[in-house]
Amino acid sequence: MRNTFRGGVHPEERKELSREARLRLFNPSGEMVFPLQQHIGKPAKPLVQKGDAVLVGQRIAEADGMVSAHIYSSCSGKVKAVEKRRVLSGDMAECIVIDNDGQFTCAADYSVRDSESNLSVNEIVQRVQDAGVVGLGGAGFPTHVKLRPKNPDAIEYVIANGAECEPYLTCNDQLMRTNAPAIVEGLELVLRLFPNAEGVICIEDNKPEAIHAMEIAASGKQRISVRTMITKYPQGGERSLIQAVTGVDFPISKLPADVGCIVQNVGTLYAIQRAVLYHEPLFSQCFTLTGEAVAEPANFMVRVGTSYRELLEANGGLKPGTEAVKALAGGPMMGVAMGSLDVPIQKQNNGLTLLAEDPVAQAEKLMTACLHCGRCTTVCPVGLMPQLMADAAIAGDLDRYERKLYGLECIQCGSCTVACPAKRPLMQTFKQAKAEIQAKKKREGGGQK
Amino acid sequence: MNIIWITTLVIAVIGVIVGVGLVFTGKKFAVEVDEREVAVREKLPGNNCGACGFAGCDALAGAISRGEAPVNACPVGGAPVAQAIGDIMGTTAGALERKTAFVACKGTCGVTKNQGNYIGIRDCRAAVLSGMNVTDCNYGCLGFGSCAEVCPEQAISVRDGVAVVNRNRCVSCGLCVKTCPRGLISLIPESKIIRVQCSNKDKGPMVKKVCQAGCIGCGLCARQCESEAIEFDGTLARVNPEKCTLCGKCAEKCPVKVITTTPV
Repeated sequence: MRNTFRGGVHPEERKELSREARLRLFNPSGEMVFPLQQHIGKPAKPLVQKGDAVLVGQRIAEADGMVSAHIYSSCSGKVKAVEKRRVLSGDMAECIVIDNDGQFTCAADYSVRDSESNLSVNEIVQRVQDAGVVGLGGAGFPTHVKLRPKNPDAIEYVIANGAECEPYLTCNDQLMRTNAPAIVEGLELVLRLFPNAEGVICIEDNKPEAIHAMEIAASGKQRISVRTMITKYPQGGERSLIQAVTGVDFPISKLPADVGCIVQNVGTLYAIQRAVLYHEPLFSQCFTLTGEAVAEPANFMVRVGTSYRELLEANGGLKPGTEAVKALAGGPMMGVAMGSLDVPIQKQNNGLTLLAEDPVAQAEKLMTACLHCGRCTTVCPVGLMPQLMADAAIAGDLDRYERKLYGLECIQCGSCTVACPAKRPLMQTFKQAKAEIQAKKKREGGGQK
Repeated sequence: MNIIWITTLVIAVIGVIVGVGLVFTGKKFAVEVDEREVAVREKLPGNNCGACGFAGCDALAGAISRGEAPVNACPVGGAPVAQAIGDIMGTTAGALERKTAFVACKGTCGVTKNQGNYIGIRDCRAAVLSGMNVTDCNYGCLGFGSCAEVCPEQAISVRDGVAVVNRNRCVSCGLCVKTCPRGLISLIPESKIIRVQCSNKDKGPMVKKVCQAGCIGCGLCARQCESEAIEFDGTLARVNPEKCTLCGKCAEKCPVKVITTTPV
């Protein structure tokens, strides 16, 4: 039992900033913005018009096709507009804007528990789909699609991802500490879909309280075990976890279901439990507000559509005397640098990190030529050779990048960039090369049709 | 002494055999080269930029001589080369006006702001992927000069945050057009100097918010135009170079002065 994967790095954790802050619900007062695309797949189609009154938990946009998800209102009030607003990606995207009346009147009572024993497999998946649940680990892939693999009997492991390897973020830690029974119930519901599967809850060993809470919640359950993972980034990556749990290297160009694994974030499992047993659609998720520049780092159950700026300012704002040099949606490794805080929180977002100093700017000053030390190759969790890939990408040899060096397998975890003593922007280069290859494929594919 | 004679003799005999063999195989397996292809290739500029869509000047010469490409397929050479190739191929080249690259953005540092604080690879394509929008305007020039980098003739430079094309150096190869992640650059006939220098497709008030120089889609230009040359892409005015008569009335009326009348 290795309980970890090959490679990886150990960036400074800084989880102590917010790890003891209890999850609390944040009720915003300003207008709420719901982008129609908060998931991978097709954007949802709006169901409301300007002037319509909406309630908490009311469906305001419906999924367009199979790989898509419903969107629910997280506040009550009137629809102000359906228009283009700036979203996290920096682009202008179609959004539903709701004027929040501050009452948070619910469309239904979400505290009544439904009996679970007579639920069929299809009903469980249907309820998850109806609730608009998407992967809350960051990617936002619609969960109902993931719960319907081609061959459910072939699934050996359902992995509950509580690793939370991302530095700074602590909301999953807090969620596991406070809602452990609910997460285990969510995992049990998922296990019902896969008769031959074993449930494994993976938590990194820097979260002893969460491990303890989950062990208590899972004790006595036949098919569920809690496994302590070595603290290492990217332990919470889908491939890394599968490698750690099953002990086999993850083959390239495969999906987790192909190797008999389904990975669900603990936040997603919590949402599944709420959706199936309480009919509560996904309109809130756990969220960490942290960073050196934040006055009061905290963990929240935050409502989808809340503005990042409002969340920050209503909770102490910036630490006096510091300046937020860099704002990241998420943590420093996988997070997206933000141009403006005036964007809404989406379903799959799980943190806001405000850094007092910008490590990228510092790295840029120190950047030298590649030393050919090979550290990037040692740490790559996929087993790629970032040094050669960067050479190929910079030289524009995309064919070599794709075919010889398997550059498309890069998961963009950034481990190589962290490990690089020459401070070269490796991951950014790969991101660009991958985008160029995909754009080229799209062009050529379009030409053939 | 004897050895030297024998060696010389053997070498000479081998030489004769190989020579005869080479002559024979040379005749037998000769590849017919269209002499026009050679002539056409000589007329082509030879910078192998690939702008014609073929792998290089050799490939284009082959395609022209086989009749698979028009004689004016080389955008770099323009009319004189097309004329010369037309003479070789025995067809007329037709009128082909020289085109030059045009950057449809006027958002210099003074009129628009940068959003956030982008730090990373100094490349427009990387900046777009970073998730930070860099400029307030979602359509405008990012100013990192990816186009200038790919330009084989060093015809593009970034001045005050916007790429500027030196029209005398531009060979209209189109590499910058393919590179620009925001699709700001297009090839426009050189004489058609009336152009809208903006690419923002948002509505007027939103444009005003992000850029002082942007097209607000008021439509005054279209009302002035007598030849219906101004078309609208959403709320963004575009001058159709085929219809434009260069009267310049649209530019006079434009409230934001985003229509140019001078070569840029």
